[in-house]
Order: sequence, then C-alpha cells, then structure tokens
Amino acid sequence: MRHIISLLMENEAGALSRVAGLFSARGYNIESLTVAPTEDPTLSRMTIVTSGSDDVIEQIIKQLNKLIDVVKVLDLNDGKFIERELMLVKVKATGAFREEMKRMCDIFRGRIIDVADGTFTIELTGSGHKLDAFIESLDKAAILETVRTGASGIGRGDRILKV
Amino acid sequence: MADTAHPHLITGAEIVIRCLEQEKVKFVFGYPGGAVLHIYDAIYKQGHFKHILVRHEQAAVHAADAFSRATGEVGVALVTSGPGATNAITGIATAYMDSIPLVVISGQVPVPAIGLDAFQEVDMVGVTRPCVKHNFLVKDVKDIAETMKKAFHIAKTGRPGPVVVDIPKDITAHLAEFIYPATVEMRSYNPVTKGHSGQIKKAVKLMMEAKRPMLYTGGGVVLGNAAEALVKLAKALNVPVTNTLMGLGGYPSTDKQFVGMLGMHGTYEANMAMQECDVLLAVGARFDDRVIGNPEHFFSKHRTIIHVDIDPSSISKRVKVDVPIVGDVKSVLAEMNELVAAEKPQQSPALKAWWAQIDAWRSKLCLSYDNSNGLIKPQYVIEKLWEVTKGEAYVTSDVGQHQMWAAQYYKFDQPRRWINSGGLGTMGVGLPYAMGCQFADPTAQVACVTGEGSIQMNIQELSTCKQYHLPIKVILLNNRYLGMVRQWQEFFYENRYSESYMDSLPDFVKLAESYGHVGMRIEKPEDVEGALKEAFDMKSRFVFMDFVTDQKENVFPMIAAGKGLTEMILAEDL
Repeated sequence: MRHIISLLMENEAGALSRVAGLFSARGYNIESLTVAPTEDPTLSRMTIVTSGSDDVIEQIIKQLNKLIDVVKVLDLNDGKFIERELMLVKVKATGAFREEMKRMCDIFRGRIIDVADGTFTIELTGSGHKLDAFIESLDKAAILETVRTGASGIGRGDRILKV
Repeated sequence: MADTAHPHLITGAEIVIRCLEQEKVKFVFGYPGGAVLHIYDAIYKQGHFKHILVRHEQAAVHAADAFSRATGEVGVALVTSGPGATNAITGIATAYMDSIPLVVISGQVPVPAIGLDAFQEVDMVGVTRPCVKHNFLVKDVKDIAETMKKAFHIAKTGRPGPVVVDIPKDITAHLAEFIYPATVEMRSYNPVTKGHSGQIKKAVKLMMEAKRPMLYTGGGVVLGNAAEALVKLAKALNVPVTNTLMGLGGYPSTDKQFVGMLGMHGTYEANMAMQECDVLLAVGARFDDRVIGNPEHFFSKHRTIIHVDIDPSSISKRVKVDVPIVGDVKSVLAEMNELVAAEKPQQSPALKAWWAQIDAWRSKLCLSYDNSNGLIKPQYVIEKLWEVTKGEAYVTSDVGQHQMWAAQYYKFDQPRRWINSGGLGTMGVGLPYAMGCQFADPTAQVACVTGEGSIQMNIQELSTCKQYHLPIKVILLNNRYLGMVRQWQEFFYENRYSESYMDSLPDFVKLAESYGHVGMRIEKPEDVEGALKEAFDMKSRFVFMDFVTDQKENVFPMIAAGKGLTEMILAEDL
C-alpha cells in the first residue's frame, strides 16, 4: 500500500543522505521525496512517498526513528491528511494548441506562468492523481517538458507534527 | 602549544586528547599518518592513556572492539585519512553488526581541500554511513569537544554501536578553549530504557502459565550486563535456556538448564525446544537467519513470543511477536524477577513433562564425535582447551569451522569471555581480538582459536604482540582447508572443492619464532593436552600452537541454508 511519511529532522549536512541511504540499503521503495527547512531553521521537514506491506512500513518507521538526526516521524496514512504536489509543464502553444492549452489549464485550475512565442509554462498543484490526469488529458506531442516536486503532506485538523 | 596571549586556548589536537581523558579512556588503538600528525604530537605529550600501535588499521578497530566486548567500556581507535580510514571500515562494520560501542577518530584532509580529490582524501562520513550508529565531520575547532561528548554518548547508550568522528587536519591545529560539556542533550536521540510495565506483567504471566516455556537470549544480555538477572529469572521459572552465538556466556553453559547454542550449528535439543515451545521469551536477540533458519518453517508451529529488546526495529523484523517489550534488558529482567518472586512459581506437571522431553532430546548426544582415527580432532582440542584453562579464559575466534567448534565445545560460564564476530562474520578478527582482551585483562588467559585461513588475514599483528609482550595463546586448528567452505562444497557442491584448499602455508612455528614468539606444532592426539598445559604455563610468552587436525572433520549439527530449524543434519545421520 502507498504511504506518505512525514518527518522532522535536524537541518544538518548529510541528514538527507542518511534517509536516502537507509531506503536504498534496506531495499525500501521511494516514489518521491521532498525536503526543505521549516519555520525553525534548525529543522527540515521531509515527505516521503513509499509503498510496502504493513510489516515493511512498520520497519521503515522504526528504522527512520533510529536515525540519530531524525527528530520525529509520522505516517500520515494513520489518520486524515492532505497531500499536494506542484508540477510545471512546458507545452507547445502554437496555432490551435494555444487556445486548447489555455482551456485545459483553466479546467484543471492551473496557471500559465510563462508565455513565449511558441510555448506556455503551466503551474499546477494538486494530488498526484490530479497531476497525472492533467498529463493524460494533454496531447502527448504538445508536452515539451514536465517537472514535479513530489508530494508534500500534512495532517488534517489538529493532527500536528511539531517538536 | 599554549598561546601566550590567550593562555586558555589549546589546539584542536589537544582538545581531542583532553576529551579522551575526560572519558577516562585507557587505551587508544591506532596508526599514525599525515592527517593525524597533530593529534599524534599531542599524544606524545600526554600521559593519560596508552596508545597501542598496531600494524594495520583494521586491527586497530578490531582490538578496540574486543577491548569493549571484554570490559563493557567504549573502545577507541585512531586512524589517518584516506587509506587509513578505509582500512578501518571492516572493523567498524564488524562492530556495527554486533552492536559494540566504539569511537573511531579518523583524520581528514584540511577543510579547504575537502572535495578536491586531495592526497589521501576519502569521504569517510559517506563511506561509513551504512555501517555506523552515527558519524560526524567536525568543521570547526569549537565543535570538537561537544562532538566527542556526543560520540561517546551515542556509542554507549541505547543499542550501542560504533560512531566515527572525522576531523580535518587544519581543525586539529586551530585554537579554542576546552570546555567539555557535563551532559549532552539531543532532541532527536532519547533511547528508551524502561520497559512497559503492563507488557512485562503480561509476559511474566504467560511464562508462568506456559506448558513448554523457553528462554532464548542473545548478545543483548551480554552487552546489557544482564547475565545475573537472566540466571535469576531462569532459575525462578525453571525454564530451559538457549543462547545465540553472540549470547554465549550470558547464561552459564555448565548449568543443567542450559540446552546449548541454537541455530545453524546449534544443538539438537536447543533447536527442537525452540521449535516446540509454547511460550518463547526472547531477550536481546533478533531471530536472525542463522538462528531460526527458514521463518516459514518456524511459523509452522504456533507459539506465543515475547520479545525484549532495546531496539524497537529489532522487534517484529523477521518474526512477528505477540508481546513486544522495548527496554534495557537488565531493567526489564529485574522487573520480571520482582514479579516472579512475588508469585512464587510452582513446578507444574506440564513443566516436568517438558523437561522430560528436553532430556530425551539431549540423549541424542548431538555433539559426540568419533575420536578414534588417530588424527587430532578439532573438537577434542577445544575440549582440552576448556579443561586446561578451567573454563576461565577469554576465547576469541575467527570465522569458520573453528569458530563453531569453539562455540560448541568451550563451555562459557561468564559473559564477556567469548569474543567473536557473529554478525558480519569477519575472518581475521581473532588475533586483534585477543590483543584487545589481553590489554583489557593483562594477567588473564587469552586464547585465539583460529584457522590457517583466518589467521593469515591479520597475521601482521604478531609484530604488535611482540612489541607489547602480549602472552596470547594462538590455537590454530590447521586442516589445510577453508574448512567451512569445504564443508559446504562437500554437502552442496558434490565435493567440488573450488579454491578452498589452503596451499603454500608458511611454517607457522618458524613464523612465530621469527617474531620472537614460541611456536609449537602438535600432530598427535596424545600430545594435545600436554602441549596446551605447557603453553599456558608460559605465562609471559606468546605461544603459537599449530594443531595439525583431521582435514575431513565437519561441524554438526548443521542446518542447510533455507531449511527449517528442526531439519538438522546430525553426525550420526551420515
């Protein structure tokens, strides 16, 4: 099953490689991994999207907790949560494509953030499924480039991951 | 070198030394080189600890590791950057797999040179990441003291393990005030010590109500200094006890409740009892592949499993447990003992029947061997070693058949006497391990049980033993084969002994003598006991004993890889 794991860790050189190294050394899947400092600059928040049986997920949580730099770990799937991912897509925007792209972008509530002679760059946020759906709905020949951040997740309501 | 304008400032190198002094370190095992020259200069000027000069960095880490295994203190090794650091890796990985607390200080190229492929540069933090509990690169002289404090704290608390502190050369020359923190607080590291009381109660109730209870204990009991508490619990409950390879000595081997080591080369009774018990209390052990064999076969019988371990990730890793207890084994066992003492357990008829069953398994005499062909049997050498040393020696071993025979036939009654590489299975540890033990306990009997393959992997340390006059006794079980490899090839590769014959061996007697040691070659069974007595009577001499043993002897019982715990091959089956 797909799980989204959130963790807080010391914002120190090498902390990211400890997490990445753990996943590769123990053969755990990483679908995506995002990390950035939090409002407290000594802490980084990481979101890892992974998959595995319950036993594997239990081991992943335990092994992450064992890393000295990791302060807190939360399996978001243990409760209600929201996930969002940002995608930038550069598409062909010539002739008939230009109007089509604008319309598709509006339907998916994306924004065109760069306009050039022959291209648009569209910004879109949402769940991974929504971003997938957007890509699916575009003419493949029109897609010049895509970049996705991987999911970020947060618990709903008063589910808070904080030190 | 004191700075006259700022008399309280000292160099980073001196700070390193002061930290070791604060940690009451007695021995530092190391090897000098460019990046640690400032530190070695500071060592020259200090008088708080003794530096032991090894002949290869791998041996420095192994010796520090054995010092820790023998004493319970944190072992310390010091190596230079680049090749010095990479030579230390096998030692670090060995300690990591067996949860041994170490602090390994490695030199690094100066900070401005890092990342430029400088001479003798290697990314030590990167290279060691998968085989350390934690590691640090110190980039400011002001951080050395706090980092060292953290390193020792992390190494010895929770589930212990090796910690690497990588210090660039320029940092060891910079000046700073020495302030050693009294305590260390880390928001990200707070290992649990006390077990959950409710779970402990539940565990005790299960054990007392069990019809076929079993105690299975590992290295955690030895590392957690919980042997006494374990004996108390086992006695109060009158349950059979088995130890893992790492757990030997955690329970006295000569006690009647001890059913021997379990696992791939465990006793028949230990493996049968492990499979057939209805309540299993696992303490400081981790159900690894060499212990329970095929997990599916293990699950074919239902039993309730209680698992006590300080590391939550060891619980339900290979085997799903019913009552997990995360905590320090000594504290958990003490709590169990209190509960059991209050209950005054009675000897139930079911327990009596269980013991009768165990005695029936015991009557197989699975460790008996045929000693009649006129050749020296390796098992016989170990039995005689046990007699001659009265079971009190520190016994180190390398890896292979000789290791298993030592584990099976030397009856360890005390913890921290059996020193071997259980997890990583590192050939070459035996001699440096013996060095570490001898430094830990200078007047003790120290035997290094080894093979002619393993001993050659760190043979250079004969020189270190000469320098420090270490009266170690090497018990070489020389069968002119990489015995365990040969055994597997005999069983599973139709006797195709691919590269397992040890050809072109040195004359070990002359080799030992060339280092100023005593060399002995023993070729007849009737000479074994006398030779051992003679060697151990030479209390101040290093004696290298080359026992020419039966080439075809195999280790039994044996469970083939992938087979179940009770699918043992016994000597009598062949």
